[in-house]
Amino acid sequence: MLVAMFAALAGMASSAAARAATGPEVTDFTLSNGLEVVVVQDHRAPVVTHMIWYKVGSADETPGKSGLAHFLEHLMFKGTEKHPGAAFSQDVAAIGGQENAFTTADYTSFFQRVPREHLKEMMALEADRITNLVLTDAVVKPELNVVLEEQNMRVANNPNARLSEQVDAALYLNHPYGRPVIGWRHEIEKLTREDALAFYKRFYTPNNAVVVIAGDVTPDEVKADAEDTYAKVPVRTVIAPRQRPTEPVQEAPRTVTLADPRVEQPSVSREYLTPSETTAKPGESEALDVLAHVLGSGANSRLYRTLVVDKGTALAAGAFYSGTALDYGKFGVYAAPRPGVTLQEAEQGIDAVLNDVIAHGVTEDELDRAKNRLIADAVYAQDNQATLARWYGAALATGQTVDQVRTWPDRIRAVTAEGVQQAARTWLDRRHSVTGYLVKSLQPEESHS
Amino acid sequence: MSALTPASFRAGFRRLVSAFALPLALTAFAAPAGATTIERVVSPGGVVAWLVHEPAVPMIAVDIAFSGGAAQDPAGKSGTATFVASMLDEGAGDLDSKAFSDHLERKAIEMSFSAERDSIRGSLRTLTENRDEAFDLLRLALTAPRFDASDVEINRAQLLSILRRQTTSPGNIASQRWWQTAFEGHPYGRPVNGTQESLATITVDDLKTYAHKVLARQNLKIAVVGDIDAETLKPILDRVFGALPEKPDLMPIESATPHGLGRRIDINLDVPQTVVDFGGPGIARKDPDFMAAYIINHILGGGSSDSRLYQEVREKRGLVYSISDSLIWLDHSSVLIGGTATRADRTNETIDLVQKEIRRFAESGPTEAELTEAKNYLNSSFALNLDTSSKIAALLVQLQLDGLDTDYFTKRPEMIGAVTLADAKRVAKRLLDNGLLVTVVGKTQAVASSAPTAK
Repeated sequence: MLVAMFAALAGMASSAAARAATGPEVTDFTLSNGLEVVVVQDHRAPVVTHMIWYKVGSADETPGKSGLAHFLEHLMFKGTEKHPGAAFSQDVAAIGGQENAFTTADYTSFFQRVPREHLKEMMALEADRITNLVLTDAVVKPELNVVLEEQNMRVANNPNARLSEQVDAALYLNHPYGRPVIGWRHEIEKLTREDALAFYKRFYTPNNAVVVIAGDVTPDEVKADAEDTYAKVPVRTVIAPRQRPTEPVQEAPRTVTLADPRVEQPSVSREYLTPSETTAKPGESEALDVLAHVLGSGANSRLYRTLVVDKGTALAAGAFYSGTALDYGKFGVYAAPRPGVTLQEAEQGIDAVLNDVIAHGVTEDELDRAKNRLIADAVYAQDNQATLARWYGAALATGQTVDQVRTWPDRIRAVTAEGVQQAARTWLDRRHSVTGYLVKSLQPEESHS
Repeated sequence: MSALTPASFRAGFRRLVSAFALPLALTAFAAPAGATTIERVVSPGGVVAWLVHEPAVPMIAVDIAFSGGAAQDPAGKSGTATFVASMLDEGAGDLDSKAFSDHLERKAIEMSFSAERDSIRGSLRTLTENRDEAFDLLRLALTAPRFDASDVEINRAQLLSILRRQTTSPGNIASQRWWQTAFEGHPYGRPVNGTQESLATITVDDLKTYAHKVLARQNLKIAVVGDIDAETLKPILDRVFGALPEKPDLMPIESATPHGLGRRIDINLDVPQTVVDFGGPGIARKDPDFMAAYIINHILGGGSSDSRLYQEVREKRGLVYSISDSLIWLDHSSVLIGGTATRADRTNETIDLVQKEIRRFAESGPTEAELTEAKNYLNSSFALNLDTSSKIAALLVQLQLDGLDTDYFTKRPEMIGAVTLADAKRVAKRLLDNGLLVTVVGKTQAVASSAPTAK
């Protein structure tokens, strides 16, 4: 099995299992200023992962200012009055820590991984920058260029990523998930210090954040430290409910074709609009997790077996469900045809597999295998405190609860073959989908290569 | 394939994660080991493994490495090691590829293999409750791989697809040209994944021959971490690895140092962002200056936002999103290699700046403060590499490949502490004053290919 070839996709597929942990002790509490704190205990090594999750992402941006949530994430490293310039980062480096940050449509997260005795220091530094960021044009302008280079690297240089942006833009007819998290380049170019500060003041406040601490700590010590640090940050603003525009009834399947002379391996992918874990009816997102696994996770899945092994028409094939989101999830399928096989033939191959599962469902054996595998993922996750911290943080930042994360394996256990078939029937509906074709040229004969 | 890269959904790490972080870089972080205790376990049959017994999570992680790797690919058949690695989990013994993957999935056992320049690596993860079946499947994969023709052809087609895609990927082109130029005529100059031409010539017999020559006990390193103790492990070691041939049959590989220093090679590709790789000789793992060189690499651009290159090229001028370098030690050479990317019209400025910073560092070395901070960092950050079973297993295999002992964790802080400012300055010059080989892939600018660059 060629791990490298599928690494990016496998990452998405396994994110289907991305939450869940029955093992570790998890405690949560809320401070008087509304900041929620989650503590995940892992005493195997004297280190701690400290994350703050703001419930704001690219889907909360004002139209015309795409990329602002992510740009502000970068600017959060530019210092406060008390800790000017790169003082925070220098402190992290001085104690042998690691730090980084990331942004999605629904949240913005900052983290440090440090030796456990430095946790309180990190909490104090992170509490300080909730409301005390100082920005000057001297630091904002070079950082805008850094972000533009990031856009070049992640998107402009990468035909797959450019197609993915166009597919998302077509999948959401009305909801802001259709905008790239990194932003549209022509809008990123115009972002200013004032835009960033306005966004910061609107969304960065303790009552709009969750702190997740995973590692060699006890809830009592974290609570005491949080009272000394985070609890002292006053509420800056009231946060309105996160109500984004919703999707109308989607009536027409869409197709998007991206052509680039650098494409040496054509591929076809399709995304279906689905509920998220937060918006799904009970059992529905879990059924989609199982469906994605049976259809397209690994060498034993239906898509891989049928298209790659048995028919030999594809070099790669799989499926995933991305459910950790506030408003909508998506279910994806993909295939990369062998040379000599057209994208249309590959797509027909995918459709035959999907139609079969819609018509006949999954077998009890497939159901058991998928459930065992997904539940085992929750055990493997316990090996990595940073993974656990991300699962809890992402779930809480998208409207789920600690208990929902903890009981995910039980809900997977409860999935039935009927439930999986019902999910396939309901959600694998072409009218709610976009199919993307990645080709070398729009000339038909070449798109078949 | 990354037709569905999550770029649009999960964009924007502030810093690129591990742009150049090879597994090799792991041993670099070394300091007091906290609670992690390494046992050297010897089976009745004489198989050696390093074990960290940690029962808190009901799982076991196993990492193994066979010295050999792509450097042992037969002439004209580069990619053989990668091809073999891709086939080891495609069926073994009585289990064809379907049955093998079915067994793995039913028990949620994760098994994977990969090839590097100097080794074939393997990795196994299992829940404790499926331990025996997991080790049996590992034994089959290593001692009785099938190489069924139909599966060989599937994997060949997949490998060729990867290679085709790499022909238009600026990052792959820059890296491949760098290695090809630096190690012209040496096995390290050949692409680890092979070429379209070489892959077409590799036969099932080639794969079997390679596996037979390289998968042996004498060149094998084993690390086991998790919910298993030494007494339980011992008979398992014999069962899994005992049937391997005692000795490998390896070709001798000559030592080499990188060529092309002072050269800049421009490769034209129509992309918005130009990719730049730069590098020169490193310092060998067994060299007395190794630790000083590691510290120098950390200060120059070893991945921290405090590094000189990150500060000068990204923070002050906004020229790039990612810039870093790594010290890479191989069995028969060592290199210091870095990379960055910027838009076409800032490429020359960026390369000039990198060259200038490296020259400046070679001439004056680190400051006392930089040295102290780097030493503190390398000591304190070590624990972060010991917080998952998978990370510990990878580290334990690397320590063995590097010829270090199980007491290395306790010795390492002294070795870091022993590096003086005078050492650091001397080694900065030794490491960085050799000129750089630079490969540039993007819309060509005004600098002619292969033009000498100022040292």
